Amino acid sequence: MKHQIPMLILSAVGTLLVVSVFVPSAQHWGEDATLYFDIIAVFAFFLGGGNLIRVHTEKVSHKSAGWIYSVVTLLGFGIMLVTGLFKIGNPNGIAGDLSKSGSYFQLLFQYVMSPLNSTMYALLAFYVASASYRAFRAKNTEATILLVAAFVILLGRTALGVLLTNWIPAQLSVLQIPNLAIWIMNAPNLAGQRAIMIGISLGVISMSLRLLLGIERTYLGGDS
Amino acid sequence: MTSKTAMRILMAIVALIFLFSWIIKSGSGVSDSTFTNVRDGFLITFAVFLTLSIFSFLYHDNPFYKFAESLYVGISAGYWMCYGFWSTVVGNFVPRASRSLSEFFHVPYQERADHILIYIPIIFGLILLTRLLPRIGWLSRWSLAFIIGTTAGLNLTRYLRSDFISQVSNSFIPLFVDWKGAGDFINHISLAADGQFIAILSNWVIFVGVMCGLVYFFFSKEHKGTFGVASRIGIWILMITFGASFGYTVMGRISLLVGRITFLFGDWLNIL
Repeated sequence: MKHQIPMLILSAVGTLLVVSVFVPSAQHWGEDATLYFDIIAVFAFFLGGGNLIRVHTEKVSHKSAGWIYSVVTLLGFGIMLVTGLFKIGNPNGIAGDLSKSGSYFQLLFQYVMSPLNSTMYALLAFYVASASYRAFRAKNTEATILLVAAFVILLGRTALGVLLTNWIPAQLSVLQIPNLAIWIMNAPNLAGQRAIMIGISLGVISMSLRLLLGIERTYLGGDS
Repeated sequence: MTSKTAMRILMAIVALIFLFSWIIKSGSGVSDSTFTNVRDGFLITFAVFLTLSIFSFLYHDNPFYKFAESLYVGISAGYWMCYGFWSTVVGNFVPRASRSLSEFFHVPYQERADHILIYIPIIFGLILLTRLLPRIGWLSRWSLAFIIGTTAGLNLTRYLRSDFISQVSNSFIPLFVDWKGAGDFINHISLAADGQFIAILSNWVIFVGVMCGLVYFFFSKEHKGTFGVASRIGIWILMITFGASFGYTVMGRISLLVGRITFLFGDWLNIL
């Protein structure tokens, strides 16, 4: 019951979707399955929300270390949830678009979530700079190639790249840094991306087969 | 002075700056409504406070950063739950499930003969929530199995077609572009970005690069001799790819940083 039924569901759903590709009248199954997947994924968000409430409420009730920050998390979660689910302040009420300009949900997104999101990622610029200083030392051939490629790409997208090499004649224009950056992206980078994509696709195909045939069972948990 | 006292003084200073900024920004609002100006003044000041709180982590971990981080977690979870509810449950489930619900949510009802099937994901979704109940938590594996089965079934054919077959097929390209003989080629040879030589070189690099990259990933044979040379070229091609990806990532992060600095000096301080 705990193991056989999930394996049966997985094999049945997966096999049906593979077969549907070869049966013209069943080709909409793939779209339906994607829709079902999206709906279940929303419940996964609900599960995440429920888990967040449980974990942080426990921290607050036990007054664990840093419980005050759990209050902040719960408050942020509650405020966003209430303003979004009830569309508070939405000019068109419940029928209006969720991110309608002027709604409280949109204001919270614009002035709280968006600054937090972009600053978090902007913060990484400093850590990337620090990491690249350590990683980009030309210790061997491979590291040198990586360094040169990254440097050309970075320089090729800036005005400095144009300024430094715009004196190079048209006959050698591929050596102008912006053109060289484009060439790197379109030739060697493309080749590398393709090799990786082919490798990934082979991995995905073999993993899918293992799942459908019931060989791969790690998703059932440790006691499987 | 203890660190606790220093932190309290710092918090008081931050609160004062916050209040000052709120008053200034509210006063410089462009709306006719005082409420809107005060609200927008508060929101801009709060966004600045959050931005600076996150950046304060560059010094070291501190209560301001922890506050912003905790708020981010809560706000993000709430945002994605609302977004999922309105876009997927109301946008896709309700119009297929019930006429009265569709009217309630003001979405057009889609009458379908097989509308009963739309309840399948709802059942699996509810089963997924049993994860929160330890005694029957194992039931959530059924929903997990449905999700993984769907992913495996769709990806098996999708990756085979779009990633494997099409990528292999696109790698078999003409190695002599616009070829009109060796004499013509030598006469017109140049390093112009849009010239014949670069077009030919690009196609050679793509074809040889893909093959050598694949050789590098082939671990069933020892990488030595000709195979080893191909593998080594494969590593170089992959290094260029990683370098290019790294360059792009750095550019993306820097443009985000520029965006935040523009916000601080433009929208807040009105210097830019």
